[in-house]
Amino acid sequence: MRNFLKEIKWLSFWKLVLYFVLAAGLYAAIYRFVYGLGPATHLSDEFPWGIWVGFDVLCGVMLAAGGFTLTGAVHIFNIKRLHPIVRPTVLTAFLGYALVSIALLVDLGRPYNIWHPLIMWNPHSVMFEVGWCVMIYTTVLALEFSPIVLERFNLQKPLKYIRAALIPIVIAGVILSTLHQSSLGTVYLIVPTKLHAFWYTPLLPVFFFLSAVAVGLAMTIFESTMSAKYFGRALELHILKDLGRALMVVLIVYSVLRIEDLLHRGVLKQVLVAGYERNLFLLEIALALVIPIILLSFRRVRESSGGLYLASVITLLGFVTNRLNVAVTGMERSVSPGFRYFPKWTEVAVTAAMVAAGFAIFGLAAKYLPIFEDEHKKESPTAELAAVPVREAVMSNAD
Amino acid sequence: MSKGILYDATLCIDCKQCEQACAEKNKLPYNDAIAAEQRQSDHKFTVVLAKEDKFMRRLCMNCNEPACVSVCPVAALRKTSAGPVIYEASRCMGCRYCMLACPFGVPRYEWNSVNPKVQKCTMCSDRVLAGKQTACAEICPTGATKFGERNQLIAEAQQRLKDSPGKYVDHIYGLEEVGGTSVLLLSSVPFEEFGYRMDMPHDPLPSRTMAVQSRIPDFVPLWGSLLGGVWWITHRRDEVAQAEDKKEGGRK
Repeated sequence: MRNFLKEIKWLSFWKLVLYFVLAAGLYAAIYRFVYGLGPATHLSDEFPWGIWVGFDVLCGVMLAAGGFTLTGAVHIFNIKRLHPIVRPTVLTAFLGYALVSIALLVDLGRPYNIWHPLIMWNPHSVMFEVGWCVMIYTTVLALEFSPIVLERFNLQKPLKYIRAALIPIVIAGVILSTLHQSSLGTVYLIVPTKLHAFWYTPLLPVFFFLSAVAVGLAMTIFESTMSAKYFGRALELHILKDLGRALMVVLIVYSVLRIEDLLHRGVLKQVLVAGYERNLFLLEIALALVIPIILLSFRRVRESSGGLYLASVITLLGFVTNRLNVAVTGMERSVSPGFRYFPKWTEVAVTAAMVAAGFAIFGLAAKYLPIFEDEHKKESPTAELAAVPVREAVMSNAD
Repeated sequence: MSKGILYDATLCIDCKQCEQACAEKNKLPYNDAIAAEQRQSDHKFTVVLAKEDKFMRRLCMNCNEPACVSVCPVAALRKTSAGPVIYEASRCMGCRYCMLACPFGVPRYEWNSVNPKVQKCTMCSDRVLAGKQTACAEICPTGATKFGERNQLIAEAQQRLKDSPGKYVDHIYGLEEVGGTSVLLLSSVPFEEFGYRMDMPHDPLPSRTMAVQSRIPDFVPLWGSLLGGVWWITHRRDEVAQAEDKKEGGRK
């Protein structure tokens, strides 16, 4: 009983934190729209992109990569045992892209013109391509996610059409993701004179794509563990083990390519020279590659939920560091030696609110929509619907 | 033919009339305080930098193959055939990718506006189209800033380097930098002293992104059919297994 009370207190504490973060973010966003980007950020003519691009967009899109990784693995590569986690992963991806779009509205100087790429074309522009891919892919994700909502309201006819078109939709999703995940790296190919040699390489698109796959896997492990913990559902350890193994393989492939690239460009020896960029580069390599690979190489880690959780969280932190290194650390020196960009509180508040909103909406969806498969039978849609009320009862207890 | 500007720093006397003419042309404020600003900004598109008795102008280089034009997702920036790189504010959505991409750090932003525009020298494109010189070239009393056909200006710059060896740094800045620029510079002191980098690549920067972008039309059908093929094979296995199960009386 006492434990139970403690838990209630703990939950309401986090709810309070959540409301505070959301309120602060909203205030900061209003501040930005009333006073403009100058007063609301630490951006400048010399440093026009900060964490709203570096984190909200680059990391946001990367963290949503689980969607195409998992749908591709299950529906195209036919790895059936991963099926139970497709739905929560697609939901996370959809949320991710929705939040990226909202964050983008805050960062754009003229957000009411965000639709312009629809009619004002410049196919040479990487950002034009990313914009289109993200727009279409968000639609694809909505379609992939729609059966969950349609089931909830027992709309059989549209459900039938969606299921019939599933494979083309999934393939389109994988193609679109391959394109824009890599293109976010291509975005930085235009700044060879500005971006530090640790990060500027013609292989940027390849690295952005590979790391998106790794992050997609890590994010799936992370969110599966979290939902097991907070929504009281069974943990699919056998699935997470598979994901952990796949994660290790992708990380090793990425590492080999990354080191070869540094070697061939003659940059590796710069690692020996102490400095700001060097330190953050080493932090990134340690978090994204060295520590997770070492951890995952132990069977005990690879086969325990705690170990997998730890390894995936460190991987996520590592690649967030990577994106911020590309967007911030590596670009700072182009302003002047020793220049440092540090986000203003308003920038941090908006970004934090985006993250908090992601957690909150996922929690709500997990509560009200049949996204977890263990509580229903997937063969017959009617059985699925019958199971929903039971699920809800379980969930309201868990809350 | 493409127009250009040749600025010869050795002829410059720091009278700042180009700054003032530029401000008037672009309807920007100009006074002593602004004249003293040694930095391009949203209200100062060109600036005469001074270091003791040496001077150097900064303005948009109006690149032959501009990075800003290639990156703009809504084609708000455009390279005109006459040379100037122009900006159409009504298209702009404010992503500021042009500012990130510009190797010379030229585009400036109206950071304090709630409806901000990108601001930069557009080489007086309306004047150039009307057959006139740029405002800065027209006003220049010493001929330090000269307007003309880019090819002829290059020939003239080469002639000046040849005629007075030792007077100049042996380099026409903008001849080859990032694939060439409409603005060409001559100087007697190293360009780096005024922030012009000498390590600029000689290939146009957009070629770096185009190398990847141009492969997309080939990549999409290839990747699509590959994924479709994988789907077909992996699910074919299931069908075969199912058929065999049936034959054996359905073990499952």
